[in-house]
Amino acid sequence: MMTILCGLIVLMILGGFVALEAASLLSSVVLLGIVGFGLSAAFLILQAPDLAIVQIVVETLSLIIFIAVILKTTSKDATARRRKRLPHYVVAAVFAVIFMLAASWALGSMPPFGNPSLRMAEAYLSPNKFLGPTGAANLVTAVILDFRAYDTLGEATVLFTAVMGVLAVLRKTGRKQ
Amino acid sequence: MRGMTPIVKTVTRGMAGMIFLYGIYIVLHGHLTPGGGFAGGVMVAAAFILVVLAKGSPEAVTEAKKQRSSVAESLGIFAFWALAVIGLIGGTFFFYNFLTKGRPFRLLSAGFIPLNNIAIGVEVAAALFAIFITLAVIKTGGKK
Repeated sequence: MMTILCGLIVLMILGGFVALEAASLLSSVVLLGIVGFGLSAAFLILQAPDLAIVQIVVETLSLIIFIAVILKTTSKDATARRRKRLPHYVVAAVFAVIFMLAASWALGSMPPFGNPSLRMAEAYLSPNKFLGPTGAANLVTAVILDFRAYDTLGEATVLFTAVMGVLAVLRKTGRKQ
Repeated sequence: MRGMTPIVKTVTRGMAGMIFLYGIYIVLHGHLTPGGGFAGGVMVAAAFILVVLAKGSPEAVTEAKKQRSSVAESLGIFAFWALAVIGLIGGTFFFYNFLTKGRPFRLLSAGFIPLNNIAIGVEVAAALFAIFITLAVIKTGGKK
């Protein structure tokens, strides 16, 4: 199971790199889908079907929107330049090595995989802890819509604000001076 | 926006309703099975987007669709806020689960959680459809 997960993560990282270097924006967007769908499969392997459903649906929809926008405008990468970029790669590699070393040093003190250090979640995990107060058979829904509904309210408000921004910026008629 | 080929249109005629129904199912069963307002709302939005992409849409109709989905989105988030405030008005706390819990594993159970799911589903579906229409269908740009 962990082998499949590691393979998926490597595939996602490679997909991200290739998406950065792809010649046209359309292939870049399609390559970016590897990251999203790989993440969805990773959620499924880690036994989080709620997250997997949301991830796969949102990924599909955002891909459709990206592709529709690209087909409507242009697939040419306006910032593509053919300069020598060797110094960039060297700096990036050095930074990656430093980051890996620091991460491996820091992650050594983490609790083992699957054993969270916070004990807070255990208060909700047994069925009579969440089924009694909320009546919802799905633990995730019981948490996001009852115990922690403030978070969901903030999330919905963020989406509302985003739509307001899109509708305001991309409106058809400007205000008269 | 122009439509696509007759093949796509024929497939869409069969598929869009099923995707829509599946989204409704995910929203309504959010308190019983994996899924919920966000996932189901995105599926409902995807059904609408499929129809618009496949069959095309005249410009006036698109403008009306944008207005209507904006209104539906506002209504969805207003319903969510109202459900939260009802508990406050009733003398308890914000987001108080004021309905009866019912028997677990039934469709009508878990108090106001299904109502919350429906409100979020309406909000997410309308929001994503409005974003899609605005970004990808309506022609903007160009100086006056």
